[in-house]
Amino acid sequence: MVISKKPLYLIVAFFFALLPLISNATISDSTAVHTENAHSEEPKDLKTEIKEYIAHHLLDSYDFHLFSWKDDAGHDHHIGFPLPVILIDNGVQIFSSSKFHHGETVAESNGNFYKLYHGKIYKTDAEGTVSYDDKHHVSNAKPTIDLSITKNVFMMLVVSVLMFFLFSGLAKSYAKNGGIAKGAGRFFEPIILYIRDDIAIPNIGHKNYKKYMSYLLTIFFFVWFLNMFGLTPLGVNVTGNIAITAGLALLTYLITTFTANKNYWGHIFWMPGVPSLMKIVLAPIELLGTIIKPFSLMIRLYANIVAGHVVLMSIIGLMFIFKNWLGSSLSFFLAFALSLLEILVAALQAYIFTMLSALYFGAANEEHHHDEAHH
Amino acid sequence: MEKLIEQFSLGLFVWMLVIFIGLILLLKKFAWKPILDAVNEREEGIKNALASAERAKLDMQNLTASNERLLAEARAERDTLLKEAREIKEKMINDAKSEAQAQGEKMIAQAKAAIESEKNAAMVELKNQVSSLSIEIAEKVLKSELSNTEAQTKLVEKMLGDAKLN
Repeated sequence: MVISKKPLYLIVAFFFALLPLISNATISDSTAVHTENAHSEEPKDLKTEIKEYIAHHLLDSYDFHLFSWKDDAGHDHHIGFPLPVILIDNGVQIFSSSKFHHGETVAESNGNFYKLYHGKIYKTDAEGTVSYDDKHHVSNAKPTIDLSITKNVFMMLVVSVLMFFLFSGLAKSYAKNGGIAKGAGRFFEPIILYIRDDIAIPNIGHKNYKKYMSYLLTIFFFVWFLNMFGLTPLGVNVTGNIAITAGLALLTYLITTFTANKNYWGHIFWMPGVPSLMKIVLAPIELLGTIIKPFSLMIRLYANIVAGHVVLMSIIGLMFIFKNWLGSSLSFFLAFALSLLEILVAALQAYIFTMLSALYFGAANEEHHHDEAHH
Repeated sequence: MEKLIEQFSLGLFVWMLVIFIGLILLLKKFAWKPILDAVNEREEGIKNALASAERAKLDMQNLTASNERLLAEARAERDTLLKEAREIKEKMINDAKSEAQAQGEKMIAQAKAAIESEKNAAMVELKNQVSSLSIEIAEKVLKSELSNTEAQTKLVEKMLGDAKLN
């Protein structure tokens, strides 16, 4: 009966592997309904609408929006669920994002009025007046601090819970099965070992790698899972948000800075083996380099994920612009191939982020060169 | 770039840091540490098992070698024992033979010596007897001279002739 189980796992795994592909199809279905109806009404605006749809998808939002369509009467229908809005503005204001009615009405909380305008919360009066400055930017005040559980925060929580159960389950399965992994976590064991043996140990070294393992493992799976979720029909673009990648890069920078040894700082401020004048010139450059490194991490992940989403959705959008069997089916196959590529990119970017973080940690822990010769 | 900064949401940033740091700490305690420990333990176990298997193999080889050595030694010892036994046997036989010969020779010599001494003794006895006989004869001659000198002389002569024959 052992054999019969394996194909089942395979089928399940295959199903999940294909999920992002199916998902894009679902998105395109919903857009199909959306855009075709729109098409009949305002035929010139299809390209703009697709562009807006993509732009909207890339941004964070205050509710979890799955898809929407216009019915025959021209009313918008949004399928999704609201998320809590938490504002620190004249005290703590907590209310459901359903109060905004997708920006159509003014939300009131403890005598404060807020309006959602182009995906952003602005303070307003009871009527919801929005004023503009001369550059046509909204001049209304923003809440002091916005700690809302947005779609991205929600997805991070989902991924965190998923990761926690997955990996604590894996951890428990060792004790139960005498040191052999069992269950869904078993799939991830080789990846954990890969991160340890091929990322952490070669870059950081045997002596120091252990204290970074938790961070490297967490960041790899966190980024990978969020990238993969970005390819599902949920349409979340968490790792393609600059605030997220900035947070991750900042942590890498802080860990590098605070665990660095004397040798690392010596190389930055007083580069050995060069003339004194050069040392003075090199110090600011090296110091800048420590900031540029995590900055490049931030931009790389952000740009890769955003670019992937934009290209993929544009190609899907092309299907509705072509509207003929040749162009649309070509677009479909292109989108299909790109989805496969994006699955690769999802893992690759997580790998690169982890790899480079490990590299920086390794640089922070590097010993003197004469010691290195022995390794 | 301006758009990027505009997109940057401080709330999301704060949430991200809170969630992510929390996740690291939670996973460190409940997942990564036990997983890495279990994996390390398993790897150590495999390494030890392999090492002990290698050791057992070596021990086995040593055991076989020492068994063979013991066997060879035993065989050699048996051979030497047999050889020694054979030598001892031959030596014993030879010794016995030579001793017997020596004994025999000694006995023969003794017997010869005994015979010689007996013969000498007999000769001495004989001589003694001859002398006593002679004395007796002389006595008798002397006695008979008193009666018949001629006959006595004859007798003496005859007797001496007899004695000379002896």
